[in-house]
Amino acid sequence: MSTTTSVLGGVVRRREDPALIQGTGLYTDDLKLNGMLHAAFVRSPYAHARITSIDSSEAEAMEGVHALYTIDDVSHLGPLVAQVAVGKARPLLADGTVNHAGEAVAMVIATDRYTAQDAADSVFVEYDVLEPVVDLKTAATDDVLVHDDLESNTLISWVGGPFGDEEAIAQTRQTIQDAKDRDDTVTVSIEMKNQKLIPSAIEPRSVVADWNGGYQRFEVHSSTQIPHALAGAIAKTFGIASNSVRAVAPEVGGGFGAKLNVYNDEILVCFASQQLGRPVKFTEQRREAAVSTIQGRGWVGTATVTGTKDGEILGYELEALCDMGAYSQNFTVAIPFLGLFVASGQYKFPCYVKLDCLTTHTMTTDAYRGAGRPEAAYYLERIIDAFAREVGVDPAEVRMKNFIPAENFPSAVSPIGFAMDTGDYHTNLQALLDEVGYEDLKAERDAARAEGRLVGLGLSSYVEVCGFGPSGLVDLGFSWSAYGLPAAFNGSGLVRVNPDATATVIIGTGPSGQGHQTTWAQIVGDQLGIPVDRIRVHHGDTNDSPMGIGTFGSRSAAVDGAATHNAAVEVRAKAAKIAAHLLEASEEDIRFENGAAHVAGSPDKSVDWAEIATAAYQPHRLAEGMTGGLEAHAVFSPANATWPFGSHLALVEVDRDSGDVTILRYVAMDDCGNVINPMIVDGQVHGGIAQGVGQAMFEDAIYDQNGNLQTAAMMDYPLPTAGDLPTFELHRTVTPSDINPLGVKGIGEAGTIGSAQTVVNAVVDALAPLGVKHVDMPLRPKTVWQAMQDAQG
Amino acid sequence: MQVSLTVNGSAVTADVEPRTLLVHFLRENLSLTGTHVGCETSYCGACTVVVNGRSTKSCTMLAVQADGAEVTTIEGLASNGDLHPIQEGFWERHGLQCGYCTPGMIMSAVGLLDENPNPTEDEIRHGLEGNLCRCTGYHNIVKAVEYAAAKMRGEQPAPAEWEASS
Repeated sequence: MSTTTSVLGGVVRRREDPALIQGTGLYTDDLKLNGMLHAAFVRSPYAHARITSIDSSEAEAMEGVHALYTIDDVSHLGPLVAQVAVGKARPLLADGTVNHAGEAVAMVIATDRYTAQDAADSVFVEYDVLEPVVDLKTAATDDVLVHDDLESNTLISWVGGPFGDEEAIAQTRQTIQDAKDRDDTVTVSIEMKNQKLIPSAIEPRSVVADWNGGYQRFEVHSSTQIPHALAGAIAKTFGIASNSVRAVAPEVGGGFGAKLNVYNDEILVCFASQQLGRPVKFTEQRREAAVSTIQGRGWVGTATVTGTKDGEILGYELEALCDMGAYSQNFTVAIPFLGLFVASGQYKFPCYVKLDCLTTHTMTTDAYRGAGRPEAAYYLERIIDAFAREVGVDPAEVRMKNFIPAENFPSAVSPIGFAMDTGDYHTNLQALLDEVGYEDLKAERDAARAEGRLVGLGLSSYVEVCGFGPSGLVDLGFSWSAYGLPAAFNGSGLVRVNPDATATVIIGTGPSGQGHQTTWAQIVGDQLGIPVDRIRVHHGDTNDSPMGIGTFGSRSAAVDGAATHNAAVEVRAKAAKIAAHLLEASEEDIRFENGAAHVAGSPDKSVDWAEIATAAYQPHRLAEGMTGGLEAHAVFSPANATWPFGSHLALVEVDRDSGDVTILRYVAMDDCGNVINPMIVDGQVHGGIAQGVGQAMFEDAIYDQNGNLQTAAMMDYPLPTAGDLPTFELHRTVTPSDINPLGVKGIGEAGTIGSAQTVVNAVVDALAPLGVKHVDMPLRPKTVWQAMQDAQG
Repeated sequence: MQVSLTVNGSAVTADVEPRTLLVHFLRENLSLTGTHVGCETSYCGACTVVVNGRSTKSCTMLAVQADGAEVTTIEGLASNGDLHPIQEGFWERHGLQCGYCTPGMIMSAVGLLDENPNPTEDEIRHGLEGNLCRCTGYHNIVKAVEYAAAKMRGEQPAPAEWEASS
């Protein structure tokens, strides 16, 4: 790749920040439109109940209340559309029965948010309470069906490996059984919980819908990661053309997958706006966010490893029950599939994985940062650690012994049956061990132990699959076909050079803090030599952006970034033709440098970008046959997903009296291929690790036996604070991807995929001298203290 | 009820429902939407403003309780177009990603550095425990506050990690 500047790979301060640090960034709830009304919802207090009556007379009589809607008003719109329609679709409002606590039963529209909430609180709903199915193992028995019209609570099972080949899977199982039957092997098996989480973006979801009957058009602002899908879903629901909906994702205050969904409230405020002829806003309150925005994780499973006493692993098995919640939304059952995708991690040994997707009377689960991949990495890396301890081989050595060797790349095929782009796992782990001085660190731990302190070291390796994705995956559902937009999950980027030598870049992503306005300016600046502060990047508005997929699955740089790079290459090629014509030189001799094009060997013979762009918009000055304008739109369809990887290490200390865990050091060695802006990449890793540590130590969405969420308030759902976390030590190896022109892989989720089990492995190592073999997350002091007591009898 | 207060240096008088929260008053009556609502329960700190010199969570204070008070919001922090050193620190040290918690985090840091101009890393971490950030893992927020503290003491901030390692 020929580059004209060194902006690619360098730190550039974010273009986004001046507005955000001065309070002028526009988030959805900041929007105030003339005549705007506010929505509030009546929500079910029961997890499973039949609605026997709804008395809204008091609410409707309140001053300032404009309308109240129930399912009878909106049933003609059908249920909420879902991309992966396996399981029960969510009715827009509860339809006869409620199936999770917090389900929306009625919507009130009023002049302001206080009145709307007052009115919602004045609606009296009578319920006939039914038995809820909350626990996964109970759900698996099918003794009580969550939905009468489904045959089983098991919606689908994902099985490998290899995925999709029953005969080969049977062979894998036999191979593993043979290994277990050998006299010289050791089998270690642990049942572990990967608890349900509440994504908890600090910005609650918010949506403002404005139907203009004159234009026959919706204008919708929403706190979403997927504006194009939202526009498609609205168009489909209301039977209008997709270009009769403008969906805008303005500043989005964190997403983490929770805003990678089209929600019933987004559709319902559109309906209300159309009915009332006025804009309608809905903004979640924190407690209702916990029960009406998707949750993540929620697996219970048993992981088993069989191997030799010198640490060679001969087989890995994982059988897990995965909680899908009551209704299937955007990707729901596809999330465990992403777990299956990476269930064999960095390893070469045979793997048998069976993931049962179960419906329960709890809130829907869907993509939460990592989405299936942290769960898969957790089971694999925890059980490898337990195996290493059992056979008495260092956990780093066990990993090294069983990695797929570097020479199998590119396109090494994992035991689950997927080809991985590039990788060099031994080098990466060795770099981590060298960086921390592994042997010295172990000696340090042992010395602390000798003093009676409970200090532990934990390691984890991981692979991620991301950068979706290839056009070939359309048939597997990787498109927005359910929303009427069956475009493959390809990247999209438009680059335009303006006559004043500025560039405008329009992309199809939907970022929520990832810094695309900066990174994309670097990608384009690299090709054009236009300074990044003269490049403006737009995203998240379906009115002006090319067909876009959104931001999720660590996909943006690897696909939309690559597309934008290609568009910039095209623009540069056209600019070279124009410059050659203006300079009466040969196109091959044109060189771009310092914001201008000159003839090779004759630096004086040059035209700058303003002259080139101005000529481009005055076609009479161009060579015969050349069309005017200086812009290009490129779509990038990668040949494969990308496969970042890495290894993490934690050093922890457990307080013997309280069970309190302190992370003394956290060191990450990630490999996301080439890096465009190291500052932004490090920031993604910091946040990713914090969320993994949050799962390991604090967070837990707890439902009681009646299906009530006990942790809907932030006070009961401890998110990590600044005081809970250490300074992170980040390092990288660089193994460029070979499937996109930038060589990038994706980094949004890596930190989360690598971290939870790193911390748990370290804590179990700290407690190993007491005989503790496993502790389920979250490792709150009481849990850890109890594990210590139990182990010591 | 009538309330009179000073917001970012300007006198404001308004009629409000007694139950109006200060944050809603700022956002909806005064259109100062830089102060955000994250949890309505004083837990996340996105709504933090400075009231009479103290960092205060405006989601659990009524507008009428601010009668006669001097309130500074994120919009009032920069002066004459110059960023406050804490704002500068957040920009220079990548102390924000989505930016939603940022105004509250910055206003908390104003209070923190007012009380302790030379905090240790540990004091910064514990001083900001009332403000949640879901994006940054706090790593660069700590660096941003360290940068600002040095600047406000008239010292040269330590180089950024990426500067130090290159």
